[in-house]
Amino acid sequence: MNNFLLLPIIIPFFFGMILMFGQKNISYQRVTSLVGLLISIVCAFLLLLNVYENGPQVVTFGDWPVPFGITMVADSISSLLVLTTLTLAFFIVWYGFKSIGKEREQFFYYPGVMFIITGVNGAFTTGDIFNLFVFFEVLLMSSYLLIVLGGEKAQLRESIKYILVNVLSSAFFVITVAFLYSVVGTLNMADISIKIAELNQPGILTVIAVLFLLVFGMKAAIFPLYFWLPSAYAAPPIPVLALFGALLTKVGVYAIMRTYTLFFTHDLAYTHELLLILSVITILAGCIGALAHFDVKQIIIYNIVIAVGVILFGVAQMNEVALEGAMFYLIHDMIIKAALFMLIGIVIYVTGTTNLRKMGGLMKTYPALGWFYIIAAFGLAGVPPLSGFVGKLLIVQGGFEAGNLWSSVFILASSIAVLLSVIRIFIYAFWGEQGTISPNVNPSTYKGLFIPTMLLVFISVAYGVGTEWITPFMDHAAKMLIDPSIYTDAVMKGGE
Amino acid sequence: MEIVMAFVCGFLFMAAMYLILSRSLLRIIIGTGLLSHGAHLLILTMGSFGGSAPPVLADGVTDYVDPLPQALILTAIVISFGVTAFFLVLAYRAYHELKTDDMTLMKGSEHDE
Repeated sequence: MNNFLLLPIIIPFFFGMILMFGQKNISYQRVTSLVGLLISIVCAFLLLLNVYENGPQVVTFGDWPVPFGITMVADSISSLLVLTTLTLAFFIVWYGFKSIGKEREQFFYYPGVMFIITGVNGAFTTGDIFNLFVFFEVLLMSSYLLIVLGGEKAQLRESIKYILVNVLSSAFFVITVAFLYSVVGTLNMADISIKIAELNQPGILTVIAVLFLLVFGMKAAIFPLYFWLPSAYAAPPIPVLALFGALLTKVGVYAIMRTYTLFFTHDLAYTHELLLILSVITILAGCIGALAHFDVKQIIIYNIVIAVGVILFGVAQMNEVALEGAMFYLIHDMIIKAALFMLIGIVIYVTGTTNLRKMGGLMKTYPALGWFYIIAAFGLAGVPPLSGFVGKLLIVQGGFEAGNLWSSVFILASSIAVLLSVIRIFIYAFWGEQGTISPNVNPSTYKGLFIPTMLLVFISVAYGVGTEWITPFMDHAAKMLIDPSIYTDAVMKGGE
Repeated sequence: MEIVMAFVCGFLFMAAMYLILSRSLLRIIIGTGLLSHGAHLLILTMGSFGGSAPPVLADGVTDYVDPLPQALILTAIVISFGVTAFFLVLAYRAYHELKTDDMTLMKGSEHDE
């Protein structure tokens, strides 16, 4: 049954709709959203296995032949990302039970989460460039709701900036799609790829490639366009921040990955060189930010920027090893960022402050939290048995193979800055003299926050230790990225 | 005709950027309105102005306007309506809470200890 690939989009959408009713009944809201996410996770997992066995799954709405209808495509890249998205959403929603607060829960928090998942999954699985824009708007609109929900002063102030930046980048997206349509005359991604290959990418298409980098780079927070991210992400409460940090920028990264491996592969000397330079400066800017701040939220937020740079560095190499590394690192980073945000959320809960200088001595009172934090921190930096290692290894290996010696060495060096920035949180918050402790820490709330976080850290460890099992899926994904004809053949054939 | 439209779009983008870079929140929102007008006009222009009849099937007409850009614009218009409505209400609420509409005064001072 081919329509199966739509289920990870439709199920959260359906549950989002039924959650709109009974908004005051918190237990109904909680149970329904968890059940919805669980069903979607099962569907996404079955979809991943199906894609692995039978190749990319394609469905075109309304039985129209391929370039004329809207196509949805689930290849191994999309299905891996969809599964990761739903799993993270499950844990973040669970974590939110104890921390998001009753007022928000009664005011469409869970429908907002469900619709953001709909948008993210749709953006990962679509095969149509304008449909990608629509799914971007679905996820952005829900993110506007989630960022401002609660209406504190800081939230109002930052969401104005967040919305303004995203309105601008959406308008640029529309303009870029208009340019692309006037050159190739089609909106289907596989068809665009074929048409661009026939035209052999004249100068105007390189301009459009740079415009796409501008549009998606604004969503993904690459170097000159990341200015909005640190303050906007600091405003919402921790579960929302974890959802944004794990998913939203990664959608932009995925879109750059898709367009730069499927469409614009004929003028590598310009487009991918530009991507390479921008990704290196992105990492530099992120490292400076992560080391400069004494605010735990800001440190992890700047680590998002660093990770975006590392993944795009892998994409810029355009060889199979580096692209496989980029896929490994993308999934790893989604998991570990969610886990880190949840961990520092607990740290903020027990200390009552985000300022590192005021914290201290938590190792005596919360040893388990400290150990899990240190595991997550080592995982982020890429210490071998843990999850960040193999991705970065492959990216650097791909960088050496492509002859980018110095920038690959720079990627390795940036890991030290990442490690330093997160270990600094550990040293300040867990060692030393006793710092401030929040007066009303409730043990059951602490447990409710700690259990989902612990499970997520276990998943990230399993991802690192069980690399052998994941490698075949990643091989598939990397083959798909390096050779667009696999994708276009599957789509063009699938509609007949 | 496309040349004229290109200049009109360019002028709309210029005006939008000028307004977005100003200090008052309401002027910024007017700027985003102009920006979306410019983007929608650009889709129409980039679809080119060939064809003479509106894209509705009728007897004896063979020369239709390209229907695809019109569908794209319709989608983009309702999306920008939704976002603009949300943005306006947010601006209203922010004006009540923060007691200012000056973007330069909306700084994160009370939270950066």
